[in-house]
Amino acid sequence: MKTETTMRSVTVTTRKKRSLTKDHMLAIGFLIPSILLVGVFVYGFIGWTGYVSLSNWNSLVPDFSFVGLKNYLYLFGDFRFQADLRNTLFFTIMFILAVIVVGQILAILLDQKIQQESLFRNIFFFPMALSFVVTGVVWQWLLNPSTGVNLFLAKLGLDSKWYTDTTIFPAIGWGKIEFGIPIAMIAVVIAAVWQMTGFSVAMYLAGLRGVPEEVREAARMDGANEFQVYWKIIMPILRPITVSVIIIMAHISLKIFDLIYAMTGPGANFVTDVPGVYMYETTFRGNYYANGAAIAVVMLLAVAIFIVPYLWSSRKGEA
Amino acid sequence: MAIRSFTRPILYALLIALSCFYLMPVYVMIITSLKPLEEVTLSQMWQFPTSLDFSSYSEAFTKLAPNLLNSFYLVIPATLLSALLGSLNGYVLSKWKFKGANTLFTVILFGMFIPYQSILIPLIQFLREIGLYNSIAGLVFVHVVYGIPITTLMFRNFYASIPDSMIESAKIDGAGFLGVYRFIMVPLSITGFVVVAIWQFTNIWNEFLFAVTITTSDQQPVMVALQNLSGSQIVQWNVQMAGALLAALPTLLVYIFLGKFFVKGLLAGSVKG
Repeated sequence: MKTETTMRSVTVTTRKKRSLTKDHMLAIGFLIPSILLVGVFVYGFIGWTGYVSLSNWNSLVPDFSFVGLKNYLYLFGDFRFQADLRNTLFFTIMFILAVIVVGQILAILLDQKIQQESLFRNIFFFPMALSFVVTGVVWQWLLNPSTGVNLFLAKLGLDSKWYTDTTIFPAIGWGKIEFGIPIAMIAVVIAAVWQMTGFSVAMYLAGLRGVPEEVREAARMDGANEFQVYWKIIMPILRPITVSVIIIMAHISLKIFDLIYAMTGPGANFVTDVPGVYMYETTFRGNYYANGAAIAVVMLLAVAIFIVPYLWSSRKGEA
Repeated sequence: MAIRSFTRPILYALLIALSCFYLMPVYVMIITSLKPLEEVTLSQMWQFPTSLDFSSYSEAFTKLAPNLLNSFYLVIPATLLSALLGSLNGYVLSKWKFKGANTLFTVILFGMFIPYQSILIPLIQFLREIGLYNSIAGLVFVHVVYGIPITTLMFRNFYASIPDSMIESAKIDGAGFLGVYRFIMVPLSITGFVVVAIWQFTNIWNEFLFAVTITTSDQQPVMVALQNLSGSQIVQWNVQMAGALLAALPTLLVYIFLGKFFVKGLLAGSVKG
């Protein structure tokens, strides 16, 4: 096949060579607008945001005088931002753990050659087609402390204050805040998990379907029970998928804004506040542009820690 | 082989219980939206309405109709443009590779992961400067630009599966850059276009941050208007739920009828090429 192509192309070498270079230039020409757009609107604007974060622009009128790290120092000493960092940390951990565990369980259940598989799959997937705003609006009501699921839970003696709970557990003094799990965040985690597990189910299901039946059969022949087959054979095979799920979910969780904005807002004592909400409110409600820019830079750095190594490794993989 | 048969009832019981959890918000949304306001009390939240009342739908529709229209004006051009741009980029980056093409692709790809807060302040300054601030056209532009990474990724992965030999032979037959695109890539990537279009449609429809910061009042897409419904002092939950259903309907319908492609897009956008 290859020799045939080479032989055929010999006859048209001269014409092909010239048209190739011309076409190659055309190809690159088509790419240039996108390169410029991404260059300016992603990288250029990130640079500009970084510059704003070092400026004195904390009113309606732009003021680009350089103030160094003043805005960052203010933020890290700020009660609200410290609370945001704590909330993001625990939200991210709870959210990722739940998405992985629930996603894997659902994927395994769906992989048992069940009847009506596509119906069940669709039930677990459809929330992903919804907006975080819709999810927030609905779950705000479902987890309303005086109604919703509490009408059932109260009968079991389990009623909860959900997102209005201001408890921090275990409340270790740290900076200006109490450090620990903000209990109110659990309500947001439930809503976020409801919306996003479909993603991990889809990923794990694709992974499970890729494991050849012989691999499982061989393990069973060696006397492994179903549980051991999953724990020892399937789980390690699914590990790269878990890595992808962690990274995708981490970046969603670190920049989350709309779900919390629609569902709870910052909450009393900022128990459900996150940097995304703070950035929006301080920049576009309070006109503290430089502070907002500094929050955005912190968010970007947090996301970059996860994403850059991931992108870099995938680039090498295909070189 | 699946789990042994005696555990099957447990398996189905688990799946049904979990399904109930996933469908619970939908149940509450639907029954609440069909209730008259006096029945929307906290204690009756889970009960069926005593009579069907569609007035919350007409009220929600009156309030949201202009914004629903805005969303369509936004989503349709933005989806088409970003699919076209993405397919050209994906074509170049998969079939006309040049030195550094993979690195360039990675650099472009980073743009889909950034928190958009980190470009928002300059973006709004820029849109004000060129007169597109507070306009649907401005939002279309924004979504096309920030859609470049994901659409390029999807098409690049998609085109990678088209064998190079096909392109070689088309070139030998005299087809150039655009000829190969028009007569080979486009016809072979109809599925790709559907996947990307559904993905962009869903995401742009559901997007909130750009919408809430770039547009005000009568230019706002539906998600912002929905959020504003709950911003008022007395929340009419029946209207709120009807509004949420209306706002979610277009993407839900797309999911119901074209869900397979949606999930394909989901996997294509997450698994590295």
